[in-house]
Amino acid sequence: MRLKETIIVVCLALGLGIISCGPEHVIKIGVVAPLTGDVKTFGESTVNGIMLAVEEANRAGGIQGKQIKLFISDDKNDPTEATNAGGKLIELDGVVAIIGSVSTKCSLPLADKCQVARIPMITPTSTNPKVTVTDDGRHKEYIFRACFTDSFQGIVAARFAVETLKVKTAAIMFDVGNDYSRGLADYFKRLFEERSGKVVAFESYQKDDVDFSALLTKVKQSKPDLLFLPDYYNKVGLIVKQAYQLGLTCQFLGGDGWDSPAMLEIAGKEVAGSYFVNHYSADDPRPEVRNWVQKYQARYGQKPDAFATLGYDAALLLIAALRNAPNAKPDEIREALSQIENYPCVSGEISFDANGNPIKRAVIIRYNETGQEFVTSFTPEE
Amino acid sequence: MKKVREIGPGWWALVIIVFFLLLLQGLIIAGLVNPYIQTILCYAGVVVISALGLNLIYGYTGQFSLGHAAFYGIGAYTSALITRLLPGWGFFALPLGLVAGALVAGVIAFLIGLPILRLKSDYLGIATLGFGMIMNVLFKNSDKVFKVMGGAAGMRGIARLTTFLWVAVIAVLAVVMLRNLVFSAVGRALVSIREDELAAEAVGIDSTRYKTLGFVIGCMLAGIAGGLYAHLYTYLNPDNFDFLKSIDVLLIVVIGGLGSISGTVIAGVGWALLLEGLRIVLPSAVQEWRMVVYPLVLIVIMLVRSGGIMGRNEFDFLKPADYRRR
Repeated sequence: MRLKETIIVVCLALGLGIISCGPEHVIKIGVVAPLTGDVKTFGESTVNGIMLAVEEANRAGGIQGKQIKLFISDDKNDPTEATNAGGKLIELDGVVAIIGSVSTKCSLPLADKCQVARIPMITPTSTNPKVTVTDDGRHKEYIFRACFTDSFQGIVAARFAVETLKVKTAAIMFDVGNDYSRGLADYFKRLFEERSGKVVAFESYQKDDVDFSALLTKVKQSKPDLLFLPDYYNKVGLIVKQAYQLGLTCQFLGGDGWDSPAMLEIAGKEVAGSYFVNHYSADDPRPEVRNWVQKYQARYGQKPDAFATLGYDAALLLIAALRNAPNAKPDEIREALSQIENYPCVSGEISFDANGNPIKRAVIIRYNETGQEFVTSFTPEE
Repeated sequence: MKKVREIGPGWWALVIIVFFLLLLQGLIIAGLVNPYIQTILCYAGVVVISALGLNLIYGYTGQFSLGHAAFYGIGAYTSALITRLLPGWGFFALPLGLVAGALVAGVIAFLIGLPILRLKSDYLGIATLGFGMIMNVLFKNSDKVFKVMGGAAGMRGIARLTTFLWVAVIAVLAVVMLRNLVFSAVGRALVSIREDELAAEAVGIDSTRYKTLGFVIGCMLAGIAGGLYAHLYTYLNPDNFDFLKSIDVLLIVVIGGLGSISGTVIAGVGWALLLEGLRIVLPSAVQEWRMVVYPLVLIVIMLVRSGGIMGRNEFDFLKPADYRRR
């Protein structure tokens, strides 16, 4: 029995004994992202983007002579792990700010953790409004995000539908068990109706459905000008394909969940001519975007996706804040972050609103038979 | 009648363990233990309590359950709802929440156990798996009944009431309770069902009754662990209670040794500390190797000790006197 007891003691000692005491000439930044688990590719892209931004800043001499050191921790896309990862970074490594996490279910507990510990956090990609605000609607002062929220995406989609596509009636199909899909459907419905559009069908399906012919027949009978599909590419691809087989010929529109090279494989040519709202387009003619795509391709050998871009932008914002925080203390960084105005990032010029959400543009992308093409961009209304 | 009752090694061990835990608590009060380490120690305790419950069900009674995380979730959501309803109860909010969590988990275990415990081995596994999936769907749509439960977006705003002392006290009580149970007549009856249900029936053991009893107590422990978890991490997401989490608990029970309390405690604490220890030890660039090193450890343990770390054995101090000298 002695051996096993020894093992326990050693494990405990390992846990208790390791206390980091790094030199003070670096600025420690934590990153929480899913490097394993079901959305590993999202996490990897995000970290690639963050690392590129930090490498550039360090090569340019760092911040006031200090180099930035990244501490990366994996959350497996599991909320418990996200809290643990945040705890390790804040309380063991002593980071002054955190970039993370990717999915909303990890960012929510991480945001609570950072808010309590008074460590500024920027989530690159979690679009759910609740990440940065408490239940009673107050801003968690330490929490920011680099992507736009679902409500803003709803506004852009509704404006594009009414102003550019000039549609009068719309049908909406959404996944009732998915917070993202349901939220986006609600926002679009409200804002479309505010702009005197008419929602003729509001239909929901379940996560595991693969046959949508009954729903689509119902939608077809309501004769909409437009079908709004706020879901991920795997589901949308199936719906679009089946809609064409049923002879539904209206315009299709969607959100950032559509952004995947796999879309064309699943939906086939039927998806050509459909539009979706996204954070950025690699074909955007803005010089910042061109420059970014070139840099990323040179470093990683592939085109950057939205995750890499938003990771890069989140890191850029944080680095900008660090330049205005002479002692690199968490409170200074928070203050500097909240004062950022029209900072040029890849996905647009970013300012933060009162809830830590960026005010920036969104792009509209059209699928053609071989891929995506940039159509236009929307800046938020005053 | 002259026999003076000796203070056995069990009592000494209890005193030493309590002393050790109090020492740790003292260090925490003195501010010498970093909050992150505290959280991990608490989480290790929560995992142990939950795994002890499954060990009673699977290790001692031999009933293969893949729905343990569902009961863990029931306890977590119930106690979180209770503490939200009792904001002004201070110290008593957590124990009330835990009791409610345990009771609800126990009642549901009883209702679900009566029909499905008739099934054997794999078939019972499938049935409990089904139950786990149903609960997962219910958690995901819970916001339609109670808005605060948050549905698929998860439940937020739970008070952080779990402290190391709570976890330590409950974990020690769970070990003592389970130890007394499995070495009693009831415990022997449970083990006899595991060994051969037909033979147990033949010697007059009401197998349905005992199986249900074991199942209900095991699930209540899961409920308590869930309640502690909810007030430790303050955020509940339905994905934390899907069948993959049941597998994690099953893994701990098997690694520790089926039918060994000592084994479950070692494996549970080891599991939690290994995962977090690797996070600390591995440098940033190779964090994803955590999920390589950890399964490797599992494989090695299974190869070296195929019956689990402890097999069916216990530390001497956990055994009653008659079992000790054999």
